Amino acid sequence: MAGIPKRQISAGHRKSQRGTEESPFVKWLLITVALLFSLVFLLLPLVNVFAQAFAKGFTVYWDALKHPNTLSAMKLTLLVTVICVPLNVLFGLAAAWAITKFEFRGKSLLITLIDLPFSVSPVVAGLMFVVLFGLQGFFGEWLADREIRIIFAVPGIALATLFVTFPFVARELIPIMQAAGSDQEQSALTLGANGWQTFWYVTLPSVKMGLLYGTILCIARCVGEFGAVSVVSGHITGKTDTVPLHVEKLYNEYQGAAAFAVASILALGALLTLGLKTWLEWREAKLEELAQQAEQATTQ
Amino acid sequence: MSIELKNITKQFGGVSAVNDVSFTVADGQLVALLGPSGCGKTTVLRMISGLEAPTAGEIFVRGKRVNDVPVQKRNIGFVFQGYALFKSMSVADNIAFGLKIKKWTKADRDARVAELIALLGLKDLENRFPHQLSGGQRQRVALARALAPKPDVLLLDEPFAAVDAKIRQELREMLVNLHHELNVTTIFVTHDQEEAMEVSNRIVIFDKGRLAQIGTPREVYEEPASEFVARFIGVMNVLDCEVHEGVARYGELEFPTHGVTDGQRLRIGFRPYAVQVSNDLTAHRHFAVLRHTYFLGVLLRLELELPSGLIIRARMSKEEYTRLNLTEGREVSLQIRQYRVLSREGETLPPEVSVTHSLSLSPGEGI
Repeated sequence: MAGIPKRQISAGHRKSQRGTEESPFVKWLLITVALLFSLVFLLLPLVNVFAQAFAKGFTVYWDALKHPNTLSAMKLTLLVTVICVPLNVLFGLAAAWAITKFEFRGKSLLITLIDLPFSVSPVVAGLMFVVLFGLQGFFGEWLADREIRIIFAVPGIALATLFVTFPFVARELIPIMQAAGSDQEQSALTLGANGWQTFWYVTLPSVKMGLLYGTILCIARCVGEFGAVSVVSGHITGKTDTVPLHVEKLYNEYQGAAAFAVASILALGALLTLGLKTWLEWREAKLEELAQQAEQATTQ
Repeated sequence: MSIELKNITKQFGGVSAVNDVSFTVADGQLVALLGPSGCGKTTVLRMISGLEAPTAGEIFVRGKRVNDVPVQKRNIGFVFQGYALFKSMSVADNIAFGLKIKKWTKADRDARVAELIALLGLKDLENRFPHQLSGGQRQRVALARALAPKPDVLLLDEPFAAVDAKIRQELREMLVNLHHELNVTTIFVTHDQEEAMEVSNRIVIFDKGRLAQIGTPREVYEEPASEFVARFIGVMNVLDCEVHEGVARYGELEFPTHGVTDGQRLRIGFRPYAVQVSNDLTAHRHFAVLRHTYFLGVLLRLELELPSGLIIRARMSKEEYTRLNLTEGREVSLQIRQYRVLSREGETLPPEVSVTHSLSLSPGEGI
């Protein structure tokens, strides 16, 4: 799907020197500005992270990574990701399905609510949970009586992350499912398929790519979330520190090299995510191209 | 596979889309549901399929009430207007889908898919994906997919609307041939009266959610039950006449009718083919000037202007046009050989009242 518009763009690019095109000077100026900007503000800091991480040698780097507190932070971050991503995938699918396949009262409210985590500052999101579940909070006493800890504990971190990463899957799926309509599902029904078969064989394959993108973005945010998690975590070293919180703590404690070492893991993760997403897009475009070649070969 | 609809009504949020519709479809028929857009024909089709539930009324298939039978269990084949092929599946997988759901063995599935590929001329396209097919090919895949599980009824929603004119003609012929070969009861929705006339052996005409008429293409054309049907099927000259001395009149035209009283208003309709035109000005009683000629192929449509300024449409073959040596602007004589009373005082007549009046061919007589 993504392959066709891309090809059109590149086809237009080949036909240069048309009347509507900018002069070479403007063209190169814009390209230079864009490249320079990305270089200075995006690539350079990234390279710097790795440079700082290895500034005091590989031993310091390795020691920082295998420190028990770092390992514990990594474990917590992974745990939170493993909890939040499946839940948000399920929620995203359910919400996108509800919004695109049904007409109901409060539909626009639901759409607005899905976007809420994007518009609310993560710190505010974190505070909302403190107000709800903190000791002085709405459910504080009730929870304290039952010795259930949410704030300054793993459940709070998971809740805050869940909230912040709420929209990724749903936002990715809604436009795709809206464009697809419900004709394919209805076809499946007339051919005897039940609801589950329809979902599994028809709906899921048609939104597969969007679901993958959404999931990848959701994972990236789960791993990287700072603001909301910072409010609810309580920063108990080795217990409620996630990787981003741990990086900040190390930095504040003047352990620059260690902070950058741990940060480099986050940066690496981000690069891997980006790479994975690009590869998926490339593969889809490639498949499309192969299919078109096959078609041309058979029609000629 | 006879289908019966009894007093079917469907409302969407208080608005009636289908209103008290009853009709039957006999085994093996090829039926068109015809009407302008928004007349409820697609809703009727979807109710037969089970995709929509009627608000009131009953649907029977082979004498068994199916109102509460879900769409999956009705054993119907449905072809959607936009094809609705499964985008992520190849042509072969699309066709095999219903068979897979019904748990046919792999060998049986493959055999059935091969059979349909051959039947619908889809050879060498088995491994293509829907977006790699032309409109006509997609439509044939949709048909193959619907037919694969051997449905009792084949339902098609505007099957030829989305393809260009040439392919449409091919697909129409293909549907007729398929129906001839498989003899599966087929119901299709169309807004194109020409398509309905050409393809189906029975036409169910809808007007604003109500049944307007059911009949063979010939019946609905020659004996339209209402002015709506008369105007919708083919071309009809319609005149608002008033009765004087027992004869309905419009300007210089007179239409003798039974059981009318002076001063009553009638609507009279006649087909272009019922207008007899001659270049001999003494042949018929009325005169007109040929204002315009439309070349429709073998047939020509003539626009004739009477002295009162009234324009009526006539039809003749190319040969006759040449034989009569007609040209635009030429004066001719004419008579109307056949006409119908469509309605009286704004009220639609039941079909048995609205009979066709035919005149003998001898000039001057009757009118």
